[in-house]
Amino acid sequence: MSSTSAQSARTRTEPALVRWLLIIVALLFLGLFLFVPLAAVFAQALEKGWGAYLAAIREPDALAAVKLTLITAAISVPVNLVFGVVAAWAIAKFEFRGKQLLITLIDLPFSVSPVISGLIYVLLFGLQGWLGPWLQEHDLKIIFAVPGIALATVFVTFPFVARELIPLMEAQGKDEEEAAITLGASGFQTFWRVTIPNIKWGLLYGVILCNARAMGEFGAVSVVSGHIRGSTNTIPLHVEILYNEYNYAAAFAVASLLALLALVTLVAKSFVEWRMRENA
Amino acid sequence: MSIEIVSVNKQFGSFTALSDVNLTVPSGELTALLGPSGSGKTTLLRIIAGLETPDAGSIRFDGEETTDRHVRERQVGFVFQHYALFRHMTVEQNVAFGLTVKPRKDRPSKKEIKERVHELLRLVQLEGLADRYPSQLSGGQRQRVALARALAVEPKVLLLDEPFGALDAKVRVELRRWLRRLHDEIHVTSVFVTHDQEEALEVADRIVVMNKGRIEQVGTPAEVYDQPANPFVFDFLGSVNLFHCRSEQGQARAAVPELSVGYVRSHDIEVERRQNDGAVEAEVRHIQAVGPAVRVELLVRGTGKTVEAELSRDGADRLALGVGETVYARPRKMQRFVGDYQI
Amino acid sequence: MATKPIRRNTVIPGFGPTLGYTVFYLSLIVLLPLSALVVKTASLTWPEFLSTVAAPRVVASYKVTFGAALAAAGVNAIFGLLVAWVLVRYRLPGKRLIDALVDLPFALPTAVAGITLSSVYAANGWLGSVLEPRGIKVAFTPVGIFVAMTFIGLPFVVRTVQPVLEELEEEIEEAAACLGATRWQTFRRVLLPELLPALLTGFALAFARGVGEYGSIIFIAGNMPMVSEITPLLIITKLEQYDYAGATAIATVMLLFSFLMLLTVNLLQKWSRRHTA
Repeated sequence: MSSTSAQSARTRTEPALVRWLLIIVALLFLGLFLFVPLAAVFAQALEKGWGAYLAAIREPDALAAVKLTLITAAISVPVNLVFGVVAAWAIAKFEFRGKQLLITLIDLPFSVSPVISGLIYVLLFGLQGWLGPWLQEHDLKIIFAVPGIALATVFVTFPFVARELIPLMEAQGKDEEEAAITLGASGFQTFWRVTIPNIKWGLLYGVILCNARAMGEFGAVSVVSGHIRGSTNTIPLHVEILYNEYNYAAAFAVASLLALLALVTLVAKSFVEWRMRENA
Repeated sequence: MSIEIVSVNKQFGSFTALSDVNLTVPSGELTALLGPSGSGKTTLLRIIAGLETPDAGSIRFDGEETTDRHVRERQVGFVFQHYALFRHMTVEQNVAFGLTVKPRKDRPSKKEIKERVHELLRLVQLEGLADRYPSQLSGGQRQRVALARALAVEPKVLLLDEPFGALDAKVRVELRRWLRRLHDEIHVTSVFVTHDQEEALEVADRIVVMNKGRIEQVGTPAEVYDQPANPFVFDFLGSVNLFHCRSEQGQARAAVPELSVGYVRSHDIEVERRQNDGAVEAEVRHIQAVGPAVRVELLVRGTGKTVEAELSRDGADRLALGVGETVYARPRKMQRFVGDYQI
Repeated sequence: MATKPIRRNTVIPGFGPTLGYTVFYLSLIVLLPLSALVVKTASLTWPEFLSTVAAPRVVASYKVTFGAALAAAGVNAIFGLLVAWVLVRYRLPGKRLIDALVDLPFALPTAVAGITLSSVYAANGWLGSVLEPRGIKVAFTPVGIFVAMTFIGLPFVVRTVQPVLEELEEEIEEAAACLGATRWQTFRRVLLPELLPALLTGFALAFARGVGEYGSIIFIAGNMPMVSEITPLLIITKLEQYDYAGATAIATVMLLFSFLMLLTVNLLQKWSRRHTA
């Protein structure tokens, strides 16, 4: 009979005094750096009352920003979802040379500063960029327009789904797929009826994180957007403008939408983690 | 150093791991705690070590109360089932660990530590491997490092949890014989936990048979094997056949009317071609040669019950048995127990 | 790069198309745009490049950025280890809620983090009004940069150390106790070496994130040239002045740093597996 940690308490824990001290210091640290800022968002948002709060959110420029943010997420999440599944299939189900390099390259956008993520698209599509003159000739606008914002967002959210699915599918191996195929299933049948049910929670997890980042990205989008009010402003950019105009209450009101999104993301994420643990 | 365990109880939630266990482990002996999983043997070992606290009862080392003493001060050597070697330390550092964590005033010098470690590595026959990491060793070698590490602090008591459990069958046999010889050399009071009756019978001076949190019997290997205290011990220590018999003047006679149950080991069943006194008629159902022995499955006529007899190769050849033939089976030695013990 | 599977003896279909698409999409979205950066930099001569990336204002920005990121990652290494320890080892009410909230800096958009931190630490803010009378100025100073970087880097160490701590065998701690080690000796000599690779990985990730961070910093930093101006902001400033070459040159330096950190993290991962058979 082996015992659980609670039962072998004496050898694996510290004196009560040390324990409480550590807990208090940890909670103080988290309180100072997490809870206080989070609470501050909502406190500031409601500083001037519900009326001002609702007015700030209903304002046309704010609504336009919400709309653009939703469009951006609606573009970047599906394309990266498809990419994530395809890449995980290639990497987890087959052996080939250069696999590790490929995984590292997929993770690359995470290690690049958001500012650089925006800059590279300016270099490609901006007026002085490689394709700039050609685009102008054909009256196409990417930088300082919606396509640029979408592209930059796709870049920064690129790895989310793939990096969830690759380790998950590698851990699951390919026995079940091979079994399905020996039983006569086609490749697509195997994928839809064997693989997808196995990875659905991991997939959802990746999508949740991808969506949160897509809606909240600031640095990269800031570089390519041009900050045109009511037309190329996402919610985070709108918050910045309001803040820089010293319209704090409105800035925090709009920001509270994003903070709510973050909380929803955390709840959904915890739920999916719990489901994954249950299924494991 | 003798160990006394007095009225120890331990509960894990609603599961009773130990109930009123009393046991004395004599100084210098090698004792086996033998039992199936869930019998409480590991819990008892961990309580002796101080890794668990008993709910009631006490542990005494040489008559001295140690129940509330922290494991750190108990001076026990504990060898874990999966060795629990420190992965980031070399073999030498692992063995030296217990010496290097001593308070400065008791700590031997670096040179003394090094000498002591190498002496121990010689003892466990791992001298050339001092600079290896645990991941570079085989299972048997890791086991010996764990043992050397436990011995380094000169424990008063050596405790081993399933010491051979994680090893291959062949290494296991070699290592347990080696442990027996090592114990004869160093004579430290030792207790090991096992679920393998063969291991206990071969290695221990004394066997403590445990079941469901209780001690069923304590005795030398010969005692527990030849004079089991109850059907559980009989069953746990080897193969068993049930004969339903009628007592006649103190002598067991196998017969059909069920009056009491006799317990017979497979190798204590004589298989004959002729009807002898005390034998039952049976039909040969299956013959299987297993290594040096031959196992014969017999269907006892009129009862529908089967018994298994173990014959030597020679004996089986002499009888030249065939499936379906009629033979007579006679228990050479039979054990009967009072009470309605079920196994 | 990737070409053929080493063993073709699999019945699973789709290797060619899926790998093809993966490489194509990766090249289109990531590799091609990043190479634009390199090519653009290559159009500069070496002296031009050097004079841009080693200009006093740029060097000052490196100092502030890397210094603050290093300090923030250090603080996160210590407190992240502590938080992970408390979450894994101790029972406390609301643990699951606290555990979930640790990821807040990942989930909260950086602009929101930036404005809220700056308002909390401003002279009239919740914490600023306590700190400033005592002579500690956070908002609009390099300390503010450090605070923002600590916030966004907080989850990295916790999330890398936590799973390792959870999976540590109970037996190694019991073995250490049996051998006479005190709790501190056990932590220092048995647990910490086991946690060290994860701790360093978390540190490196937090450091890299801090160096590249933009959104949460610019609101609280004050952005004074030579004092509290971070390198990513300098890139944007150059870009707004249409100094594409200058922006690109500085970006290249940062990109090189990113690659270095990526390499470091990969090596740390390899190192952490060195003793597992």
